[in-house]
Amino acid sequence: MSTVAPPPPPKVNRIGLELAPYKGLKTTLCAGCGHNSISERIIESFFEMGVAPWRTIKLSGIGCSSKSPAYFLNMSHGFNSVHGRMPSVATGALLANRTLLALGVSGDGDTASIGIGQFMHLMRRNLSMIYIIENNGCYGLTKGQFSATADPGSKLKTGVINELPAIDTCKLAIELGATFVARSFSGDKKQLGALLRAAIGHRGTVLLDIISPCVTFNDHEGSTKSYSYMKDHDEPLHEIDFVPFFQDIEVDIEPGTTRDVTLHDGSHVRLKKLADDYDPSNRMAAMQVLEESARTGEVATGLLFLDTTRPDFLELLNLTDQPLAHLPEKQTRPPASALAEVMEDLR
Amino acid sequence: MSTVEVLSARNGGPAAAQPVVNDFSIQVATVNGSGSQTANMVLLRALFQMGIPVSAKNLFPSNIAGLPTWYTIRANKRGFIGRKKEIDVLVAMNPETAEEDVRSLDPGSAAVYDVSLGLNRLRSDLHFYPVPFDKLVTPVCPDAKLRKLVRNMIYDGILVHLLGIDAEEVRKALFKQFKKKVKAAELNWKAVQAGVEYAQQSLTKTDPFRVERMNANGNKIVIEGNAAAAIGAVFAGFTVATWYPITPSSSLCETLTDYARKLRIDPETGKATFAIVQAEDELASIGMAIGAGWAGARSMTSTAGPGISLMSEFIGLGYYGEVPTVVFNVQRVGPSTGLPTRTAQGDLLFTAYLSHGDTKHPMLFPSGPEECYTMAMQAFDLAEELQTPVFVMLDLDLGMNYWMSEPFPYPKEPLQRGKVLTAADLERMGGFARYKDVDGDGIAYRTLPGTEHPGAAYFTRGSGHNDKAGYSERPDDYVRNMDRLVRKMETAKHLVPAPVVDVNPKARIGLIALGTTHWALVESRDQLEQEHDTPTSYLRVRGFPFHEHVSDFVARHDRVYVVEQNRDGQLLSLLRLELDPALQTRFRSVRYYGGLPIDARTITDEIVQQEGL
Repeated sequence: MSTVAPPPPPKVNRIGLELAPYKGLKTTLCAGCGHNSISERIIESFFEMGVAPWRTIKLSGIGCSSKSPAYFLNMSHGFNSVHGRMPSVATGALLANRTLLALGVSGDGDTASIGIGQFMHLMRRNLSMIYIIENNGCYGLTKGQFSATADPGSKLKTGVINELPAIDTCKLAIELGATFVARSFSGDKKQLGALLRAAIGHRGTVLLDIISPCVTFNDHEGSTKSYSYMKDHDEPLHEIDFVPFFQDIEVDIEPGTTRDVTLHDGSHVRLKKLADDYDPSNRMAAMQVLEESARTGEVATGLLFLDTTRPDFLELLNLTDQPLAHLPEKQTRPPASALAEVMEDLR
Repeated sequence: MSTVEVLSARNGGPAAAQPVVNDFSIQVATVNGSGSQTANMVLLRALFQMGIPVSAKNLFPSNIAGLPTWYTIRANKRGFIGRKKEIDVLVAMNPETAEEDVRSLDPGSAAVYDVSLGLNRLRSDLHFYPVPFDKLVTPVCPDAKLRKLVRNMIYDGILVHLLGIDAEEVRKALFKQFKKKVKAAELNWKAVQAGVEYAQQSLTKTDPFRVERMNANGNKIVIEGNAAAAIGAVFAGFTVATWYPITPSSSLCETLTDYARKLRIDPETGKATFAIVQAEDELASIGMAIGAGWAGARSMTSTAGPGISLMSEFIGLGYYGEVPTVVFNVQRVGPSTGLPTRTAQGDLLFTAYLSHGDTKHPMLFPSGPEECYTMAMQAFDLAEELQTPVFVMLDLDLGMNYWMSEPFPYPKEPLQRGKVLTAADLERMGGFARYKDVDGDGIAYRTLPGTEHPGAAYFTRGSGHNDKAGYSERPDDYVRNMDRLVRKMETAKHLVPAPVVDVNPKARIGLIALGTTHWALVESRDQLEQEHDTPTSYLRVRGFPFHEHVSDFVARHDRVYVVEQNRDGQLLSLLRLELDPALQTRFRSVRYYGGLPIDARTITDEIVQQEGL
């Protein structure tokens, strides 16, 4: 009788969960859509970091990007809200329960046009959440109109040329007070994966602007948000390695070549120097890189700006440790004596 | 005393000797930003402390300083505290409006005015009392910068003498008003005394109006509706309030902040059991309130009509995604900037079906401060029980004016948190379907984010969904869900506050009103009975969707007058839409929409004309 080796145990993460709870429904987006790659990176990152899915909420506005929360993190509560106004819903949810990890997914239309007001105020508050822009420079769900992140001179399939300047959401975010600002490309598995893992460990607003080509409406010659354009113009600022807080750092850093940044959760981001040494704590340098990027058409990607010192919005509110949503009546309804005092004061 | 008698007393003749006691209105005409609010509050409180039923209406412009403002105080021994149309005692402090103010008085009225204005040349049928305000204030207040503010206290002193107000009550009210600022209180008290002395020495009283101590106010308090609603929210255990400043609702969340800081800091940890956030606009304040309600907070926002317009899309999502939150709508005249500081019941129809698609929202209609308080509490319970946005409909008159009220009762019932499943429930049940009507009342069970169970999560969306919250564009799923929402609103009919009904068995006609219209309406009923021998029945609507008692009331009267403060008869429209069409022929409409609180005489005149009395 031959012995058959037992099947290998399913791979589980540090909180004992398999990959399945981090997955979502089958995508309904176009085959090859950049957004699908981003969903995959989200699934991997949350699984690998061992984030409790029931502690996570996924929120979105309206558009192709905003459909994607259905395609990852099945075991997390989701909220597909109204166009451009996911930031306010996320803010409210986190006010109600400060222990949740909020992952917001938006698009370039949802953020830079209809949602620009809420986007800016979210950045300004530095509310602790991850805000992803799946940026394809066009409105996919309504068949390819330009969005406000389209670069000047870029061309629609119909031949229409965009003559207006692009809104750079990273520049805005840095100016307004977001504390973790990065740009990436849906096709750069390694960089995007590292940034997402780092984002999970940050306390404060994380803005990830991810160029995510629309294969149906904006992947042609003349588009600056196409796969081929990004292939030629992606200019990483550094090579990013990520060491999670639950792993020992094994590799020594060669001085002068790598910057090591510690995140709030104790994880490390290793930024390995490429052409120039880039210091992500330097706000002015970040703005300069983005100005330069807009001028040359090269897309600077990587961790543009990081500030681990500014308190996030919820810290400013002096809230109870227990989520407001779960406080018992004893703590939220003052006693009869308090009402009697209020009444006495009004006589 | 009936109005007829008052008029004869006012017009001189033998009755002129008859004093008119505790039944008059005072109007102080000033410029906004001149600090008259303190003098007016002191006057109101002094009368209140003398046990006389009083009310106050502040008619102010959309402006910070320099435009005309009128503050009207009504004293009425029978407890009628709606706005009175006629002004009996004018205090003309504003040179810009003084002449018009005097010209608009009825014969026999009294006018206190600054001597330099020479108003007594305008009319010979009024009782004029010239006062040299500047001359009197200078010795009292050596600091020229403060004089403009202190000057107003002099008219309080003049009225103390003319009306026979107890000076000690004025002093008490004044020191209460200034709280810990004793020096300021003393300075102002000197100004009151200067007014009293001048009036005693130089003015001869000729008008009939005066006060006498009563005992009508018992244990009552004086408060604005917005503050009352804020106290209600604090005792309702609100946990998240998000708002954007807009007249006339701003003071609701500002007062809420004050009370929450006093009453809702955990004594052990020093931490807040609430979050109040001033948002960037109403689009965000309602979004935050909905996000918070979704995640399990008792959330709220406060706004006025223009804010409601902006919130429309989110409210639709709240209805359809079934998310609890409470919206205080302090109504004013529209549109956008149109008379933002004047009152109206102008959002009734708009709010009832706010947003696109098929929607309907529970509304609560407080008529006074006590109901602002109790209905605020009910609204939080209802929102969570029904899992939907609930509106508390105040108006500027209620929200921003001071009202007498019985002290607020401490709640007897525990907070109602609605159908929320915990991890233990899910474990026992083996899962749940978010939008399934398990109990037949149209209300499904929900879970909160953060519930540690593999079956807890669901997806909230505006898109079509099935029982299990899965995306669906199937017609049968959509219809089933929409029909359940109808059942939910049927359930709401019995959960919103029931109407208050006063049926007079002799009455052929019924009256229906809601909110602040109540105060003018009860006085109008008295006028109809006394002056026209016409008894009436009265139903005060307190909730929407309408309770079945509303239908019964209409059915038992030949004609039903719907009295309201908007141009198009919005409450009447709602009744027509919601009640049996067979009842429609019974309806009549009385409407007032001038931006001032409705008054009894306007209602009476209209009903008398329509009835041909």
